[in-house]
Order: sequence, then C-alpha cells, then structure tokens
Amino acid sequence: MLDNIQLALASLRANKMRALLTMLGIIIGIGSVIAIVTVGNSLTATVNESLVNMGGNNMQVGVEYRPDENGEYDYSVAMTDEDLLNDDMLDAFRQRFGQQTRALILTESMSGTGKAQDGRLYANVRITGVNDGFFAAEKVKMLAGRVFRTQDYEGARKVAVVSDRLVENMFQGSTEAALGQTLEVALGESVESFAIVGVYRYQPQGLFLGTTPTATKDTVTDLYLPIYTEQQLSGQSGHYYNYFELVPQTGVDPNDLVDRIQSFFDKSFYAHNRNFQVKAYNLKNEMESITSVLDTISLAIGVIAGISLLVGGIGVMNIMLVSITERTREIGVRKALGAPAGAIRTQFIVEAMVICLVGGLLGILAGLLLGAAGASLMGSPARPNPGVILAAVGFSMAIGVFFGYYPASKAARMDPIEALRYE
Amino acid sequence: MNEPMIQMQGIKKRYYEGKPNELEILHGIDLRVYPGEFVAIVGESGSGKSTLMNIIGALDRPSEGSYLLDGVDMLSLKDGRMSEIRNKKIGFVFQNFNLIGRQSAQKNVELPMLYAGLPARQRSQRALELLELVGMEGRARHQPNELSGGQKQRVAIARAMANDPAILLADEPTGALDSQTSRTVMDLFHRLNRHQGKTIVLITHSQALAEECQRILTLVDGRIIGERAGKEVPAHA
Repeated sequence: MLDNIQLALASLRANKMRALLTMLGIIIGIGSVIAIVTVGNSLTATVNESLVNMGGNNMQVGVEYRPDENGEYDYSVAMTDEDLLNDDMLDAFRQRFGQQTRALILTESMSGTGKAQDGRLYANVRITGVNDGFFAAEKVKMLAGRVFRTQDYEGARKVAVVSDRLVENMFQGSTEAALGQTLEVALGESVESFAIVGVYRYQPQGLFLGTTPTATKDTVTDLYLPIYTEQQLSGQSGHYYNYFELVPQTGVDPNDLVDRIQSFFDKSFYAHNRNFQVKAYNLKNEMESITSVLDTISLAIGVIAGISLLVGGIGVMNIMLVSITERTREIGVRKALGAPAGAIRTQFIVEAMVICLVGGLLGILAGLLLGAAGASLMGSPARPNPGVILAAVGFSMAIGVFFGYYPASKAARMDPIEALRYE
Repeated sequence: MNEPMIQMQGIKKRYYEGKPNELEILHGIDLRVYPGEFVAIVGESGSGKSTLMNIIGALDRPSEGSYLLDGVDMLSLKDGRMSEIRNKKIGFVFQNFNLIGRQSAQKNVELPMLYAGLPARQRSQRALELLELVGMEGRARHQPNELSGGQKQRVAIARAMANDPAILLADEPTGALDSQTSRTVMDLFHRLNRHQGKTIVLITHSQALAEECQRILTLVDGRIIGERAGKEVPAHA
C-alpha cells in the first residue's frame, strides 16, 4: 500500500501541471464547501452572541401600518398621537402581562448626533431617552454613579448617564471627576446642559458588515436621559411611544406571548383603528429567518460544489484513462512479473485517490483561507468546522475510489501480451 | 536424468479459431528442457518465436497439446493462477529491459517479491543481494533513466531472479546492446547457469549468440526443425 502511495506521488510529481489541472474541480468543490461552512458558522455564532447580548428572547412591540382587506397599505395617512402607544395602554399591559414580563423597556433616540464640548475637549453623543425598564433589564453595564430615579423621570430632569468613552475624552478617564459635573451638549442650534449622574461601559456592536468594533476618539456613544426629558427636548407632546421592548420572564413561550400581546392590543385599543395596529416581534424568530436565508445560500453553494466535485471526478477519471494508456507497457511488464489483476487495480485506484486527496487538501486550505477572509470581512472570528473538514477528506477519497474504479479495472483487464507489445 | 523443467508435447497455437481467417502459428511443438540447461531457441522473425515464448512464459495459453512447467499442468490454469506461475516460476528478461520508470533499481528488483507478498525487509535485503550478484550494488538507488543499457539489462536480470524462478526466459536480451555490453550480459547468463544452476531459455535470431548455449533448437514456420549442441562456451565466463 505504501509502495502504491509512493508510486502515485511519483507519477503526480512527473506531471505536475496536469495533476493540478485535474485537481482543480476537486479543489474548487471542496474549497467552496469549507469556505461557506466556515463563514456560515462564524456568522451564526456572531448572530447568536448578539442575541445573547441583546437578550435572546426579547420582543419588540410597536405600532405599524395595518393592511386593508386587499392586503394594501395606505401610507398617505400620517401617524398621530392618537395612534401611538400611551401610558394608559402600558399600564393596562403591565396589569395583564405583569406575570410574564421581567422588564418593559422604552427607548427613543433623537435624530442626529450631539457634541459635548468643554473648551477643546469634546465627545460625540447620540441623545437617547430611556425608562427604568432599560436599566432594570441591564441593557448597559453601570460603572459608577447611579441610574435615574423616579423624580428624574417625573420631573423630566436634565440628568444624564454617559459612556466611559465620553469620560475618557472629556475627564481624562476619571469617573470621579465626571460625576456631578455639568455637561454642555450642542444639539443642532441649541446648547443644553445635563448633570452627569452615572457612567456606563461602552460596548461596541459588531454584528453588521463594515462596523469593525474599534472605538476611537470620534466614536458616537449614547448619552442616556430620562425618556420624558428626551421627549421634551425633541419637541414632542410626551408620553406617547412608537414601540417598546419587552423582556419576558424565563420559561415563558415567546411565540405564544407574541400572539397574546398582539391580540391584546388589537382587541383592547386598536379594534377601531383602521390604519394602524400593534405588532409584536420575537427577536429570536427574526434571527432565525436570517439564519434560514443563510442556510438557503449554503444549500445553493453546496449544490454548486457538488456539481464541481462531479465534474472534478470525471476529470480525474479522464486523466486516469489517459494515464493507463500512457503506461500500457508498464502494466504489461507488471503483469509479466506476476502482478495479479487485483494488484494493478489497487495501484490505479490508489493513484486516483491520491490525486483526489491532494486536491481535497488543497481545497480545504483554500476554503479555510477564503472562509477566514470572509469572516474577517464580517468582523467576526473564523470558525472552521473540524467535522466538515474530516468529511471533506473522506469525501475526496471516496471520489477517487468511485471515479478511479473504471480506469483501474480497465488496466487490470489488459492482456499482458498486447500491453507488452504497446509502443 | 531428472524430470524435465519444461515438457511440451504437440503444442499448437491458433488465432481466430473457428473463423474463416483462422491462423495456425505453431504446428505442434515438442520441447523438453531439463534443470540446469542453457537452451537457445533460434528462429527468424515470423517463425513463431514470440508465440512460443509467450506460451512457455505463461503469458498465453496453447490451443492444443500438453505443457508441464516444473510439474504444473499449464493447460487448465485460470488467470489468477497464471499470474502466480509467472511470478514464482518464470523470470522474464526482455530485449528492451522494461524496467519501470521513476522507480529505483532496487524497487524494480523488489517488484516480483512485492507481488509474491514478501515483507518489505526481506524484499530489500534480497534485492540488494541480487544487485550485488549482477554487479550493480552501487546503483541500487539509481532510476532507470540514470543507467546505461547494459546496466539496465543487469538490473532486469536481477529482477528476473527475484523469486528464484524455475527458468529464466530471455527474449533477445542483447538485441538493444552493443557488442561489448552484450558480452557482459551473456557472461552473466553463463555465470547464473553454471554457479546458480539456473535453467535458461534464450530466444534469439542470432546464430552467434545461440552457439554459446548447450543446446540449440531451430524454429522455422512454427516447427522445430533441428536440434544440436552448441560450441564451446567462452572460457572467461
């Protein structure tokens, strides 16, 4: 067996270019499978990580356009305060779903970025109003100071929780120095002052293409205000909400809860609203649909890879037929020296296997490189799948056996006299 | 005398049997070769030499007659058994050497032993001994394309000896060599014949070469028409 492998390697070395071209189909086939699995794995893992970060079972409940009987949407109708969620609705909701709810989060961001400035020191911020549920759900990790109190919310006080990045930029990283300080923030035309009461840890989000999570001096971080303060600043009448986020209690079936929340709002508050309705979404379900898209892409590439492997296999068969014709005389000599048909067959099957195996290994290498490149493009670490790599090795050997069998049998059946006479 | 190594009786070989273009190449060959003999079969091309050699060498089956090789009835053998006979009882030496390319001299000599299922250590040891016997011990790792014609033929003879066959079957072994290297190769055959007691059948069209053998059989048109003793064997062999 060892002799057969050495022999096969020797004949590969003798025809390097030919061998490489023959392997190309196998390389492309195996390479694309490994690449897509590596990228797919790292994407899935990143999505799952983000899910955990964002609270995997969290739900979004929001107001959106309602389709008419024909499934058409009338976007000409503007959304008014009447159509939005209000405190009464949220109270009723809490009453009804308090058992199933761990936290109800309201967040609202002002459009555009603000600039906190103190002489030459500055930090870019996004003004985001939050409620107590936001902190209760631990959406951010507090480093120092406190979160907002009831008086802060009810009085719409100008207090802020800022990021450690901002503290870095404006207070040389000293949270003690930052706490209690008044921060001047330029918001479009006006300048507003906020008292810093707390500092949270800035967490870069690296889920989507292009946002490589490296924080710089100019990175925009959230500056959190009590939600009513934010609503006042952005000139809203206040206490109306577009959507809220919900953290369900553990052990609650999210799909069931989604349905119940939707029908609750439908029956209680939106039965007579012709243009708008409340919809609840489960984050996990949304993510699953992303992964299923990914699965479909994987399948498509898998099919292409399969075709490529088939073509590659036929190429190997073809080159093996050429090879045994070229080596007819050698086969004759081997037979004259007493090689049984089985030994000849084994020799050429091993040769086909070696071609496919070397091709497969090159393909794995190419696939890993490509997968790593793809994963780093998405800003997530590459996750090669050892099982798939092992399967690829096995599969390429199987191709060798399958497509090498016919040429090898042809060689084994040769008449030694004819073969010896072959010029 | 001992039992003959080769015992052929009325061997006929026909091609296209039963068809209008049926062709009989051998018309009934009777041949006995005894252990330790060095026999030449001489014939012009077209005399049936190659066909006879193929039958002796278990590459082909006769259409008719009986053939015992070292006591084995060769007429009713299956393909697998034919391979085994070629492997164990026949040592082929070809005109054009037929070494396997890209394989060292040693690997070439090991090949018949590989097919006989010998373990690697034994193969390599015996191959080196055989290469020494033919004076090629210094070239064990050389590939065929690094050897001269005479060297190639000596490696080929070592290979033919690998499984200690009943007969060495040499088909024009000096046909591709110049006179000097031819001499070396023929001397090697004489030595193997004398010192190792090897039975050798030399097939050639050259009368001069045949004269060196103990017995000369002349083949014309598929029949052995004469048998005589050879002249003196060169003394220095």
